[in-house]
Amino acid sequence: MNNLKNYFGMKFIFERDTWQEIYGAIRKNKIRTIITISGVTWGVFLFVFLLGMAKGLDNSFRSQFNDFATNTMFVWGEQTSMPNKGFKRGKGIQLTLDDVDVLKSQIDDIEYIAPRNVTGRWGTPPGQFVRGSKSGAFSVYGDYPTIDKVSKKKIFDGGRFINEEDIKYQRKVCVIGEDIYKQFYEKDENAIGDYVQVNGIYFKVIGVYKPTQMGFEGDDSIFLPFTTFQGIFNQGKKISWMVITAKPDKDIVQTEATIKTKLKQLHDVHQADDQAFGSFNMGEAVAKTNGFLTGMRLITYIVGIATLIAGVIAIGNVLLITVKERTREIGVRRALGATPGEVRGQIMLESILLTFVAGLTGFILGTMLLWGINNAIGTNEDIPILNPTVDFFAVVGALLSIVVLGTLIGLIPAQKAVSIKPIEALREE
Amino acid sequence: MIEIKDLHKSYQMGSNSLHVLKGIDFSVKEGELVAIMGSSGSGKSTLLNILGMLDEPDAGSYVLDNVPIKALNETKAARYRNQFLGFVFQSFNLINYKTALENVALPLYYQRKKRKERTERAMSYLEKVGLAEWATHLPSELSGGQKQRVAIARALAANPKVLLADEPTGALDSTTSYEVMDLIQGINDEGKTILVVTHEPDIADMCKRIVHLKDGVIVEDRKVEQVRASQYV
Repeated sequence: MNNLKNYFGMKFIFERDTWQEIYGAIRKNKIRTIITISGVTWGVFLFVFLLGMAKGLDNSFRSQFNDFATNTMFVWGEQTSMPNKGFKRGKGIQLTLDDVDVLKSQIDDIEYIAPRNVTGRWGTPPGQFVRGSKSGAFSVYGDYPTIDKVSKKKIFDGGRFINEEDIKYQRKVCVIGEDIYKQFYEKDENAIGDYVQVNGIYFKVIGVYKPTQMGFEGDDSIFLPFTTFQGIFNQGKKISWMVITAKPDKDIVQTEATIKTKLKQLHDVHQADDQAFGSFNMGEAVAKTNGFLTGMRLITYIVGIATLIAGVIAIGNVLLITVKERTREIGVRRALGATPGEVRGQIMLESILLTFVAGLTGFILGTMLLWGINNAIGTNEDIPILNPTVDFFAVVGALLSIVVLGTLIGLIPAQKAVSIKPIEALREE
Repeated sequence: MIEIKDLHKSYQMGSNSLHVLKGIDFSVKEGELVAIMGSSGSGKSTLLNILGMLDEPDAGSYVLDNVPIKALNETKAARYRNQFLGFVFQSFNLINYKTALENVALPLYYQRKKRKERTERAMSYLEKVGLAEWATHLPSELSGGQKQRVAIARALAANPKVLLADEPTGALDSTTSYEVMDLIQGINDEGKTILVVTHEPDIADMCKRIVHLKDGVIVEDRKVEQVRASQYV
């Protein structure tokens, strides 16, 4: 180790004079220095920027999924594709509240189950919404409060979502979307407690919900208590679909299979019939998105690291040219008593210093750009970037790696400098 | 101070071997001022390079201040150069991005002297060569004669045993050449051993001894009556 230290001339790394010599050499040609470091600066800048954007995208996706419990699934009835028990293929399947009761009592995996009804979607007519002289057509949902546990509805201050009492007494209350509020109310007008008509029946507005990015309700739907919806639209026990959340320790994909098996039994559907029930589970969607994000991160790292290496090689290249340019200076230094170790050490420290300063500059510029982007985007939900930041350890790791790379690449010009015989250097005109 | 016995040196020029030094015997006592003369190709620069430990002889012995100079690795050669020798070159070889003072202080930097001491000593040598007020100037702001005086101050800064000057006046006009020689004579008067390689007879006459090289051997070695440069300045 001692030999190694002497070999690299490490003992003078910490001397102020060494750095003054290096500063003198670097200062000598500012343009050269700037060109030299620009490659690494650009590389680190790109690395920080890409990493930040990937993180921002990641954060944004995650915040959207956070509205939803990830172990959630949806199931609805479609048409059979196989004849079974005397029924021809093509039989329409209608889910009912009875199915919900059976699933709730027989399948242990289920944490929450929320049957839902809708009109105004998938070919059903929308509800007519009237306030004063204005009217409009919007989708109307019949919901249990349970749905709030699966997909949290954000309600503006002062309002609330549907509760158990509303269900129990079939109250004529509704929660409306922000867009409906904007269309029907003046700015700053209080909608809570106001009476509106849905399909000719008066409802009391109890809340206005904020738009969500996930789901299909948009910001222009009307939510009624499930039981109220049942009565008004004459649904009986029919439901449009159900939303099910599995217990935290259960695998949602497994739960989905169990539930569909049970539903096939209940509706006399052949077990091999894949068409009778439609379903979708968030677990898979999240896994796919995670896969996409992981891929993004991987690409970011590959591009970033490749750019960094290219930058460091550029530094090595310029230093090599510099050594050639400085042949005479190196010869003079050696004639005056610089040892090979000192010459080598100086060139290598120049390389390390340049890569480090370049890396730091790139990091600062990249961070500033991310900060600027973050401020510009703010909470604009149309752009899927949230809080684009870089991981501290990734940055420290990147800086350390370029210093190591700078050291390695500096070895080449340093060796070149040492191989110059002072006599040849001095003879060169 | 310098003892050289049967020194040989050849260079490979492609398939031909060029025998440059063909057995040089030569000694220099402390306080001498020796001119090494010869036409181009006579081997005078090669001899100086070997004396300066910038090149190695093929055969023969070289003793400098009772230290045998042989089989030196680069590190040791660098240390010896720093300790024993001061170099003055024809083309000055000042580092162009360092001020006069910084150039003079450079050998002291490689001696690991403290910054304060380096600056003080460098300043005193700059005063000695009459360039104290030019201390903060870059070489590009100095005249040829001034540059060579800075180079001489730099060669002296480490207080070497021997000063080796390779055509110190080769790039200067005659008036400036005499000024530089006046300075060299003054340094020699104080007791410093100095070797000057030159092909100009008037410069050689300003030394105390002339060694004439021809085709790799010493053909003449005589003491001369020193012409003082000060009378021309």
